Amino acid sequence: MSAQTEVPTPSLSVPPGEHAGKEEAPRIVPVRRTGRWAAAVAVLLLLAGALVSVVRNKAFQWDVVGAYLTTDSVLRGLGLTLWLTGLVVVLGFALGTVLAVLRLSGNPVLRAVSWGYIWLFRSTPILVQLLFWFNIGALYPQILGVDTVNLLSPIAVAVIGLTLHEAAYAAEVVRGGILSVERGQLEAAQSLGLGPWRRFRRIVLPQAMRSIVPPAGNMLIGTLKGTSIVSIIAVQDLLYSAQLVYHRTYEVIPLLLVATLWYVAITSLLSVGQYYVERHYARGTAGAR
Amino acid sequence: MSATAEPAEEVTGPDAMVEIRSVHKSFGPLEVLRGIDLSVRAGEVTVVLGPSGSGKSTLLRTINHLEKVDQGWINVDGTLVGYRRSGNKLYELREREVLRQRTAIGFVFQNFNLFPHLTVLENVIEAPVAALGRPRKDAVAAAEKLLARVGLADKAGAYPKQLSGGQQQRVAIARALALEPKLLLFDEPTSALDPELVGEVLDVIKDLAHGGTTMIVVTHEIGFAREVADTVVFMDEGRIVEQGPPADVLDHPVQERTRAFLSKVL
Ligand SMILES: Nc1ncnc2c1ncn2[C@@H]1O[C@H](COP(=O)(O)OP(=O)(O)OP(=O)(O)O)[C@@H](O)[C@H]1O
Ligand SMILES: [Mg+2]
Repeated sequence: MSAQTEVPTPSLSVPPGEHAGKEEAPRIVPVRRTGRWAAAVAVLLLLAGALVSVVRNKAFQWDVVGAYLTTDSVLRGLGLTLWLTGLVVVLGFALGTVLAVLRLSGNPVLRAVSWGYIWLFRSTPILVQLLFWFNIGALYPQILGVDTVNLLSPIAVAVIGLTLHEAAYAAEVVRGGILSVERGQLEAAQSLGLGPWRRFRRIVLPQAMRSIVPPAGNMLIGTLKGTSIVSIIAVQDLLYSAQLVYHRTYEVIPLLLVATLWYVAITSLLSVGQYYVERHYARGTAGAR
Repeated sequence: MSATAEPAEEVTGPDAMVEIRSVHKSFGPLEVLRGIDLSVRAGEVTVVLGPSGSGKSTLLRTINHLEKVDQGWINVDGTLVGYRRSGNKLYELREREVLRQRTAIGFVFQNFNLFPHLTVLENVIEAPVAALGRPRKDAVAAAEKLLARVGLADKAGAYPKQLSGGQQQRVAIARALALEPKLLLFDEPTSALDPELVGEVLDVIKDLAHGGTTMIVVTHEIGFAREVADTVVFMDEGRIVEQGPPADVLDHPVQERTRAFLSKVL
């Protein structure tokens, strides 16, 4: 990919005689990259063609997309998707951090329990886990004397199911971050008499965040889209709201586009946010301002 | 965790800051410390020399209980490190108590181990505020004095990575001093530095030595040992081979191993 090799190294020593008497430095003439230009033009033409076809193909029904993009039911679905994502990520990382700390603790029982949790929740599809929690009433018809069906609404099932799954992945991300912190940091903190909680909160975690944030950003975006799976247990998130409309009107494609546009918009915002969070935790490292 | 030698008070001289008695330490099958006895008087500087792998770092680390000893005991300023003696048993202390003991012992690492995400000032006030519970305002005032003392008054707001190695090590010394320790331990404080930066760090340590701070310094800087040390200790294979005033150990070593080592370093 690098064009570096194509650039001729300018010779440092000018052959005697060629510029005799004149102090002007020789001018560098870059290599002509004909192939590169041709490729760029070809790709742009293809993109333009695709765009024209998308705009001109009446089946996309952009007018319908526009009409539904900000209707109440779609916005309510979007709202649910957003808070569900937020809640699942926050709870998932909280539980994941606990699991990571257990996994790294000196207590072999706690280590094994954490390992087992991560193993179990990572080795089954989230779809299966959700259906399992949805049907938990078959195993435990009553919990603490209350009917399970009344206790666990579909939304509660969505929060619990997604959080437990998220936590298993978050635990590995957090553990990787903690392990990335140099051992000397902990020893310095210990030799200064800092207690375990202070060492973790003030010294280890902020440095671990540098390695945690990029994969965590990935997970956040994955979770935003992944919440769409709750539509199978009839929780009215963004996708399910769109589906409710097209089951009525049969305008399937335009309503899927409505959902798509919102997912893309939110994901883009999150990516921008991630940039600033990364910059915050990079402070003090070489090159950071 | 059995104490072999006769522990504690009666052995401790009135001005002994550190008493180390028959300390053994193994990592798995490897016995790294094979019975160390050492006394350091208050206000004195002890320099520890020895080849790589002889156990110098391990010895320093046992003194503030970063490493637990397998046998023997260590007293700092009349207090057993890491244990409480009752009858003929040594009970391991809880972490809280060990942490409190550590605040009296400053440790300076070869690789500085400054906290990279905190500014110089935050590095220095962290322990006084968090471990000793000093008010932040007082800690900042004290930290500014310490930074001035190591010649870095103008770097309080900088991050460690923005400083040279010599400057970072001087911050690390200020950070250790912020707890007003009774004892300072240095583990090869200049080994990670470019040669031209060694002097500025040694100068700070010399300054502390002349100010009467008790310290144990592991170093390969023989010139520094000759100038500053009250006692030079030569270690090899987990034992103290020879110790005494620098004029004896450095210039008229009795032991063959000391001579061999010095001929390589000098
Ligand atoms: N945590 C540990 N686990 C296993 N072995 C260790 C550990 N720490 C040190 N050792 C081993 O113990 C021996 C002594 O190590 P130590 O660091 O005390 O030597 P040193 O005299 O400080 O050497 P150097 O001059 O290289 O720093 C070495 O062989 C080392 O590999
Ligand atoms: Mg060492």
